[in-house]
Amino acid sequence: MVVPAGYYLLLAAGLFTIGLVGLMVRRSIIVMFMCVELMLNSVNLTLVAFSRIHGQLDGQVLSFFVMAVAAAEVTVGLALIVNLFRLKASTDADAIDRLRS
Amino acid sequence: MSPVVLAAAEAAPFHDVLAAPAGSPASLAWLIPVVPALSAGFLLLFGRRLGAVAAWIAVAAMAVSAGLATWVFAFLQSQPDEGRVFVHTVATWLEAGDLRVDWEVLVDPLSTAMMLLVTWVGLLIHVYSVGYMHGDERYERFFAYLNLFAASMLVLVLGSSFLTLFVGWELVGLCSYLLIGFWFERRDYATAAKKAFVVNRIGDVGFLIAMFVIFGAFGSLTFADVLSEPAGMIGAGTAAAICLLLFVGAAGKSAQIPLYVWLPDAMAGPTPVSALIHAATMVTAGVYLLARTSPLWATVPEIGLIVAYVGAITALVAAIIACAQNDIKKILAYSTVSQLGYMFIGVGVGDQVAGVFHLLTHGFFKALLFLAAGSVMHALANRTNVWEMGGLLRVMPVTAITSAVGVLAISGVPFLSGFFSKEEILVSALDTPGAFPIWLIGGLAAGLTAFYMTRWFVLVFLGAPRWAQIEPALHPHESPVTMTLPLVVLAAASAFGGLLNPNPDGPLHHWLEPSVLRFAGDEAFIDHTLAAGIIIAAGLLGIAFAAFAYTRRWTQPAPAIGLSGAAQRAFWVDTFYEWSVMRPGLFIARAFEAFDRRGIDGLVNSLGRGTTGLGSVTRRLQTGFVRSYALAVLVGAVLVTAMLLGTGLVR
Repeated sequence: MVVPAGYYLLLAAGLFTIGLVGLMVRRSIIVMFMCVELMLNSVNLTLVAFSRIHGQLDGQVLSFFVMAVAAAEVTVGLALIVNLFRLKASTDADAIDRLRS
Repeated sequence: MSPVVLAAAEAAPFHDVLAAPAGSPASLAWLIPVVPALSAGFLLLFGRRLGAVAAWIAVAAMAVSAGLATWVFAFLQSQPDEGRVFVHTVATWLEAGDLRVDWEVLVDPLSTAMMLLVTWVGLLIHVYSVGYMHGDERYERFFAYLNLFAASMLVLVLGSSFLTLFVGWELVGLCSYLLIGFWFERRDYATAAKKAFVVNRIGDVGFLIAMFVIFGAFGSLTFADVLSEPAGMIGAGTAAAICLLLFVGAAGKSAQIPLYVWLPDAMAGPTPVSALIHAATMVTAGVYLLARTSPLWATVPEIGLIVAYVGAITALVAAIIACAQNDIKKILAYSTVSQLGYMFIGVGVGDQVAGVFHLLTHGFFKALLFLAAGSVMHALANRTNVWEMGGLLRVMPVTAITSAVGVLAISGVPFLSGFFSKEEILVSALDTPGAFPIWLIGGLAAGLTAFYMTRWFVLVFLGAPRWAQIEPALHPHESPVTMTLPLVVLAAASAFGGLLNPNPDGPLHHWLEPSVLRFAGDEAFIDHTLAAGIIIAAGLLGIAFAAFAYTRRWTQPAPAIGLSGAAQRAFWVDTFYEWSVMRPGLFIARAFEAFDRRGIDGLVNSLGRGTTGLGSVTRRLQTGFVRSYALAVLVGAVLVTAMLLGTGLVR
């Protein structure tokens, strides 16, 4: 059975919303980081879905770019998180507020 | 009623200006100021390591300078009478448009006479300072400044234009500031230095404006252009303006009313400095300037008469003040002001030779008297009150006897130097129409001069040794030979200096003829012998009265009441200046300062405060919470999407 492409878009929108809400409400930077990844991958799903709908490969190629950027982002982001944890002994995003004063 | 102006054709100054022959002494005259200037620079840079040798380097520099000046003098003497004015261009100093100023030296009889005075008296004062300043912590710097002072004065004297003269003029002002405030640790000394500088600046402004007017009228500032034929080039009004402005400058530098107030305070400096300022350098500059510009003054003799009256009043007022002073150096300082008044009478009525003659003789005896005062202070542990002295004749005979020569010379005792020079000035005043009151005032001041100088001598050297009662531990002794030798030489010069010009047509008159233009009258108002007799009588009377009064009657300080009290306080002139000039000036300065601080600074500061305030409001946007930034991004993204949908760009 062939799943209509629209469902993929719905799923992607659902994943994006979960990621966005998670980013907004959670305080642990690791969870926030995972939410960002979730959002990135939901966009990847959208790209692939549109690629399928329009019968073009552009979207799929673009999704590879997103993956590459996401991989780089993970490297940098995790390094930042490790250092922040060493500094603050906490993963609470609200505790990292040095710009305030 | 204007004095007889001699025909300009007769030996007018600057008619025949020659270029100095290469290699002749006149072409090397520029070395005369350069040698002491180099020595001063050397001592300022390396003096600290040299110690006592520094003094002898300075003395050697002055000796070279004096030798060169004498060499130049001998060269000029070997030249024919009418060919004694030389100009030598050393280098181009500045060039701007039509204006080109060369560093030129002017070697003529007047500048040579001044050079000889400055270098030789300067040399004696240098030698004296070797002993006097011994043990001072800034010994080498003192000698550097002395060298610089002499060099500045030589630049002034050798300048061949108003501008180069002005350079020396300002330099002596600077050096006087440095030396009067040499012991700047004492606040009142530093103040005296500042006072001298500021009062001199007032005069300098007059001189500066005079130069502007001269340049406007003549298009040049060199003496050769301005002074060779001034009458044909400018109107009487311009000439009068120039002369009055030059007089303002001269009054500042040469301490005439109303700008004399700095000189009595200038004794804050070490005593050799006072001798240098009062005798050789600095105060003689104004007289020199007026003598130098005599062709300009000859066109407006009425202005000269004003100068002569100012000089006469200065001579009298300063003499009165000197009679009541109790400070050994202040008496001499007011005496200088008074004697400068005589010189201004001389140049004012148009007898520049007499004025310059008195400048020279006064240079001898005033240097002598100041150095003697320094010798006395040296012996008495820097006491300056004459009422704490007395009886020093037996203790320090050389100082006392040389002082006596100086006192008699300044008092106008016949056949000593001061007698001839003062006499010639007063005779010229007598012969000039409209100047008879000047003669009377001058005669009165001559009597007072004899009085206060005798009082000075009696209180310091004769009578009971009052210092012994005040401080029995004091054992005064004669000064070392470096100090007494200059005294002896200067005493000889004071005694025999009159031979320079024993009558109005004497050698000095003949010598200076190519440089100055005489315009004094020559109609005998009273018989000259009678007039001379009156002046001599006034002087002798002054001496006799003071000698009698201060040995027999007034052996205690006079109470400060009445005229004597007023004179003791110098007629409150300083107080008057303080309330009329200094305090309003201070008020204005404070007002401007407040405007600057509150107004201009306030504006700038409030701008800064406004920016800070704005920043403290807007920084609230930056919460530092990552999640709030994420929310802001979301809101932004939603808004942008909504706008894109709303405008129909995206279906």
